Amino acid sequence: MKKVMNNPENVVNEMVEGFIATFGNGYKKVLNSNGVIVKNKPDRVAIITGGGSGHEPLFIGMVGEGLADGAAIGNVFSAPTPDTIIEVTKELDSGHGVLYVYGNYSGDVLNFDMAAEMLDFENIKTKTVLVNDDVASAAKENAKDRRGIAGDIFAIKIAGAAANDNLSLEQVAAITQKAVDNIRSIGVALSPSSIPSTGKYTFELAEDEIEFGMGIHGEPGIQKTKLLSADELTQIMVDYILKDIELEKGDEVCILVNGLGSTTLMELFIVSRKLTNILEDKGIIIYDADVNSYCTTLEMAGVSITVMKLDEELKKYYDKPAYSPYYFKKGR
Amino acid sequence: MMVSNGDSLKTYLTIDQVKELFLYMGQKVIESKPLLTSIDSAIGDGDHGIGMEVGFKKAAEILQNNNLTTVNSIFLETGKAMISNMGGASGILFGTLFVASVKDKPIIHKLNLELLASFIQSGLEGVKARGKAELGDKTMIDALEPAVKALHQALEENEDLINALKKASEKAQDGMENTKNLIAKFGRAKSLGERAIGHQDAGATTISIMFEAIYTFVNELQNKGELQYE
Repeated sequence: MKKVMNNPENVVNEMVEGFIATFGNGYKKVLNSNGVIVKNKPDRVAIITGGGSGHEPLFIGMVGEGLADGAAIGNVFSAPTPDTIIEVTKELDSGHGVLYVYGNYSGDVLNFDMAAEMLDFENIKTKTVLVNDDVASAAKENAKDRRGIAGDIFAIKIAGAAANDNLSLEQVAAITQKAVDNIRSIGVALSPSSIPSTGKYTFELAEDEIEFGMGIHGEPGIQKTKLLSADELTQIMVDYILKDIELEKGDEVCILVNGLGSTTLMELFIVSRKLTNILEDKGIIIYDADVNSYCTTLEMAGVSITVMKLDEELKKYYDKPAYSPYYFKKGR
Repeated sequence: MMVSNGDSLKTYLTIDQVKELFLYMGQKVIESKPLLTSIDSAIGDGDHGIGMEVGFKKAAEILQNNNLTTVNSIFLETGKAMISNMGGASGILFGTLFVASVKDKPIIHKLNLELLASFIQSGLEGVKARGKAELGDKTMIDALEPAVKALHQALEENEDLINALKKASEKAQDGMENTKNLIAKFGRAKSLGERAIGHQDAGATTISIMFEAIYTFVNELQNKGELQYE
């Protein structure tokens, strides 16, 4: 696979340098580490996200006003080091504590937990909310083992809004956890991505095949089929989600149709069209909808859909304005 | 100098030999990068060999550029280099192996079988506490725990250091081979279920390479008559 890069070992450093070169008015890089933070964090609880690179614009693209205040990123598909997480945390904590919001992967959990332990010695308070929205990654009774995918977007949006409300760390964590408990996602992959350092594809898929439940690092999915129409594959994805979360007539949801890397907006809107139809036919109210490629897997082709069931509290925080160069919501 | 059988406490490595041992062990793991990458690509995310190279390279830099005067600091600095530079799960787990080895341990300036067994026992416990994995979960533990057991057994049976390391190396290798028969409970391989069977675990492979390197290095010292004996 052809890639635009220099030395493959430097892709992450050079990406961060490029991000700062581009958006340096609002952001800065944390010294000696691949951490990106906002320049003017208000004096309140801080929200930090992070994980491996290769999912851009996540995670740095979710750093902004009313979103995360910083992101600690690692190499491609590899968790950030505790040092990076610690540096980002120290830059952002103003004594109110820090909430870590990130996808549930063992490498990320090990590194963030170790950072949290070490920060505890310095009296910096942290709490963690793990995003585990991927219904394909474990059975419902083992939901705590599920991986996090595009649900990160909604979780970070809610966390950032709650923090901006000057709530305590415990309150911000509780609201973010409530959001996560109400988020479900599933993806379908059409073609794999290749890792810059090895040039190798993360999985194999025949030219005429697709795989449901494929993870965002190429983790194997749950159902492989011949290529289906947009309407058919959307229906299958919605069925998986509706099997997992109770949605009744009159319930309100936010939906996100998320591209996995190289799938075009044209295709994503075709999915959104069908998703909207299915939910409306069931009397489910689409409070807000979004179509974009936020949580990608390098150049993987495919799409994921995410549903967040709302209540009045989640709606209140979802409605707050938010801004980053890659995610923006007008308040309402 | 010949080492007599039966005096497991009397053979030891000097501080400089321990340092050389760590550099040699790191070199052997780094040389295995292509093997580790291909093993990890089959059922993991393929970055294990790359990560281990980063960790051992950084550790070598620190070992060579600092005058570390205790065995404890060699373990500690190696572990810290891994935790601070590798990223991923391996960085924490392999780093913890070395850091936990010397946690709350008396400062020592030479390494014999008893101390080595005691250190790595603590390292094993540290890795298990952090990673939550047990024997049979298709992780580094499957090679590490049998190797540590072999060291303790050799100690009880009053074997010499070389024999103890030889047995530990063999047990680590057996443990690594046995991971082929296991279903993974952690990491990306977990989602493969039965499909992971037939593939060995990359972390267990690294542990096996490390123990083989320790045995080879110390055996070479013995052959050259450089092993210390008191």
